Amino acid sequence: MGDLSIENLHVGFPSREGIVRAVDGINLSINSGEIVGLVGESGSGKSVTCNSILQLLPSPPAQFGAGKIDWSGKNLLSQTEPSLQKIRGKEISMIFQDPMSSLNPYMTVLDQVAEPLVIHKICDWAEAKIKAKEILQKVGVTHVLKHPHSYPHEYSGGMRQRAMIAMALITKPNLLLADEPTTALDVTVQAKVLKILKELCLDLQVSVLFVSHDLGLVAELADRVVVMYRGKVVEENETQSIFRNPQHPYVKALIACRPTLESPKDYLPTVEDFMGETVEIQPSSSVHTLPKKNQDRSLPLLEAKKLVVQFHTDEGPLLAVDHVDLSIEYGKTLGLVGESGSGKTTLGRSILHLIKPTEGEIRFQGKIIGTDSFAKRNSLRKSMQIIFQDPYASLNPRLTIEQTLVEPMIVHQIGKSKNERLEKAIALLHEVGLGEEHLYRYPHEFSGGQRQRICVARALTTEPEFIVCDECVSAMDVSVQAQVLNLLKSLQRSRGLTYLFISHDLSVVKFMSDHIAVMQNGRVIENGPAEQIYNQPKESYTRKLIDAIPRANRSLNLTF
Amino acid sequence: MSTPTSSSLGKDAWDRLLANKMAMASLILLLLISILCMLGPVLSSHSFDQQNLDEVFQSPSFAHPFGTDNLGRDLFARTTYGGRISLMVGLLATLVSLLIGVTYGMVSGYAGGRLDAWMMRFVDVLYSLPFIIFVILLMVLFGRNFLLLFLAIGAVEWLTMARITRAQTLSLKRAEFIEAARALGYSHSRILFRHLLPNLIGPIIIYATLTVPAVMLLEAALSFLGLGVQAPMSSWGSLIQEGAEKMDAAPWLLLFPGSFFCLTLFALNFIGDGLRDALDPKHSKN
Amino acid sequence: MTRFAPGGPFDSEKAIPEEIKIKLQSHFGLDRPLFDQYLLYLKNLLQGDLGPSFKYPEWNVSELIATAFPVSLTLGALSLTIALLLGIPVGMIAALKRNTWMDYLPMSLTMAGICLPTFVLGPFLIYGLSTQLGLFPPLGWYGPSDWFLPSLTLGLFYAAYIARLTRAGMLETLQQEYIKTAKAKGATPWRILTKHAARGGLLPVMTFLGPAFAGLISGSFVIESIFFIPGLGKFFVTAAFNRDYTMVLGTVLFYATLIIFLNLFVDLVQAWLDPKSRQSK
Repeated sequence: MGDLSIENLHVGFPSREGIVRAVDGINLSINSGEIVGLVGESGSGKSVTCNSILQLLPSPPAQFGAGKIDWSGKNLLSQTEPSLQKIRGKEISMIFQDPMSSLNPYMTVLDQVAEPLVIHKICDWAEAKIKAKEILQKVGVTHVLKHPHSYPHEYSGGMRQRAMIAMALITKPNLLLADEPTTALDVTVQAKVLKILKELCLDLQVSVLFVSHDLGLVAELADRVVVMYRGKVVEENETQSIFRNPQHPYVKALIACRPTLESPKDYLPTVEDFMGETVEIQPSSSVHTLPKKNQDRSLPLLEAKKLVVQFHTDEGPLLAVDHVDLSIEYGKTLGLVGESGSGKTTLGRSILHLIKPTEGEIRFQGKIIGTDSFAKRNSLRKSMQIIFQDPYASLNPRLTIEQTLVEPMIVHQIGKSKNERLEKAIALLHEVGLGEEHLYRYPHEFSGGQRQRICVARALTTEPEFIVCDECVSAMDVSVQAQVLNLLKSLQRSRGLTYLFISHDLSVVKFMSDHIAVMQNGRVIENGPAEQIYNQPKESYTRKLIDAIPRANRSLNLTF
Repeated sequence: MSTPTSSSLGKDAWDRLLANKMAMASLILLLLISILCMLGPVLSSHSFDQQNLDEVFQSPSFAHPFGTDNLGRDLFARTTYGGRISLMVGLLATLVSLLIGVTYGMVSGYAGGRLDAWMMRFVDVLYSLPFIIFVILLMVLFGRNFLLLFLAIGAVEWLTMARITRAQTLSLKRAEFIEAARALGYSHSRILFRHLLPNLIGPIIIYATLTVPAVMLLEAALSFLGLGVQAPMSSWGSLIQEGAEKMDAAPWLLLFPGSFFCLTLFALNFIGDGLRDALDPKHSKN
Repeated sequence: MTRFAPGGPFDSEKAIPEEIKIKLQSHFGLDRPLFDQYLLYLKNLLQGDLGPSFKYPEWNVSELIATAFPVSLTLGALSLTIALLLGIPVGMIAALKRNTWMDYLPMSLTMAGICLPTFVLGPFLIYGLSTQLGLFPPLGWYGPSDWFLPSLTLGLFYAAYIARLTRAGMLETLQQEYIKTAKAKGATPWRILTKHAARGGLLPVMTFLGPAFAGLISGSFVIESIFFIPGLGKFFVTAAFNRDYTMVLGTVLFYATLIIFLNLFVDLVQAWLDPKSRQSK
């Protein structure tokens, strides 16, 4: 009892170009009491595999080929709906990625956690609620004890995910499927939730299939790791062995291309480096414009003093940015790190005056900005640009790449003729590793990484000196992330750019930055050279942030 | 300023619409009805207001394909003539509602904050008023007037348009490409007209198509109450009212204008649904 | 506002008998300045006195409303009941059995229901069920047997609309992640529908209730005129035709008050359904 074995599973989805094989003949087994990590990037088929086990994929469109999923003698692929209902939530439970949408907003948390016991007729409502309170207390959701009638929206993301864990484990199932359960959480919260998950599963002797895109995270948790790539399992081994001695080039790349706190500062290996695919993304040095010489470089390029941004909310005024002082030197990168709600994004926006600061002053090249007229601020817009998190949302879907790149030049009267602007657009595309042939396409024809390159090109049209990168690689797979980070680095070298690099991910920030500022609750609590922040943090919060980062090398005592 | 005449998004949508049989059939039906209404009064040998007391209450025949009414007027001429008026009211009032609604919604959504809250509160209040009361009040104040009729209807129907435009504007405003446009120093009018409006056109077209039948329904209801188009002119609404009164004696008086009216509404609604599926695949049924 | 309507109060085409004129003048203080007249009207209003009708001076507007409104209320309540009892289950079934005949058939019918206006449907129902089959009395409002046809005519349109709203709302809700959570718990489809999806799925229907009340009032104008029902809508339309200003003004005021209360009721229902809006209140 309690062994799952997937044999030769095929799952396809019909599309215009025929059937897409999301899962293409994989084998996977989980022995009882074991924690198995299933790792892959987006589109690798890991989530589809996980959802196939309990038959939660809507079918159609999903099509299952030959193969079987064996669960204590039963093939889950051929079970009837009523018999699957008896397995779901009782023998096999599941938790999902987004705690914000996975709990029913119209039902109290207590009822939702208690419900599996009632569904599976283990006990009646009254007893179920008592048991629910017990397990909620165990996972640390204590609010529910005082407020049994509270609804999910009254809880934070971390608390909701704890409640999800309680709900999944209340029936003491044999197997828990966890589909990216901590991806939507902040690192410090993630660390706590993972700890609870692991302890409770060991305690109840539940085996776990832990699906994640993050190898480091899986390394901290799993006994065994399975790596998927394009619908296939490319490598499977004990966690120790896979990190010490990866076999498949993709796995090697995956381990190498994620910036760690210790990685060198210039270049990240990419998947292409390992897989032997050709790349042409080295920016040509002929394109760049050298930094202007007539500037006094002894002063910082950008300086913010006692910057305050206040929002009016229903609960009263909120200090999103609370008396922040910052300064960034010419050609350097300031990394701004903080968890969600720390005010880092608001700070970035207010420096560009996309959000009006309530108080304080910002000096750019020694001049105060913000107080002068629209026209002057507009010329400042030329020198300060921003790259956003979501490359899917940051390009106007109705404009071609050519229109997107030429428009800023028209607005700022850069280039004398149509041809000159076009040539410049082409040069920019080359600089970010795209080509002339992409000029007349629309954004939806590009991948996320390519779109982000286009966004970078657009930001460069006005020849800025300063660029705010707002979580600009956070939505990306590590392999794509490495390419974009490399691009930003090499542009900084060739163009002498200055960056404000905002991210929640300390290891990415560490890779990119010369200086790091740590933000919490609207304040910059610590500020200093990157190495110093990492090696000798003064604040306990910074220490916590560093410790919470899942690292394969630490948990496995590996050295790279 | 060069706007792409056929973006590939637009072409995809067009392909999806062409593949929707119900919508295409409705489109053809609507075209046929429109052509008939354009040409009908010209083709017919009878005029819509020509009375002939020798030929009252005639059932459909070769001379009078739809029969005649109590004054011996040819129903085919009256139905097609009424169709002109109903369709025209539908289109013009939709245009009025489009202009008011889109402007109002875009301003409200783009401005945001307190102005937005007040503007939408106003719409909410108007929304829950039974508008026929408002229209009737206007009629009482200014007398019955054809122009006033569709101005009033247009003024009523803009509410939903404003809401939809505002909701779309709000979500688009937060989209990063709009923020990018601001960061690049584009002017408000450039952002509004080149970046926001083209992305709003999908929902606006969909809703405009659905407003036409709503407007026609309102006009017909007013005409039915005797507050709309006055005799001897006819609209489908007033013809239906006459038909309903004389249904026992001459059921065709209700049948023909009634079915023309319903078929038109049917077609417009299906085209609207088809457009929604074509332009907004996320919310489509499949 | 009606004061400034063309064809003012007394020089109208319809001559007003001298006795009425005197009664009206005394009631509204028409010999006094305009502002005083307004104050007097407000004062009477606060006492629930809307003044005598221009057309039927032996009646007070308040009395007219008191007799006519219960009729309209019955009609509206019955129609809404029909609409909800028919619309919600049909919409739910269509959403559950999506893309089968149990979805297509009712949804085509609801489209027909939306496109078939009451003033076409009503006469046909009268013709079919009363004139031809003799099942129901065609016109008037004397007893419960008269209630069915008008309520059905008015209710069917809203039933169709509510069915479509329910289907759309349920489909949207059934795609939510928390429905997947419920499924992963082992909940049966019935349990998912009633315990997990219904509340969120019916929220659009509840939001529609506000406009629906307004629509039922407007609809009652047409229905009451088709079926010759002595309701408030009929009175109002007649009053508008006759330029019976006191009656028009009084009815509008009454409707406005009614709508404010109905919307309050809708807000309460929504708060009950949606815990988030409950907290912010």
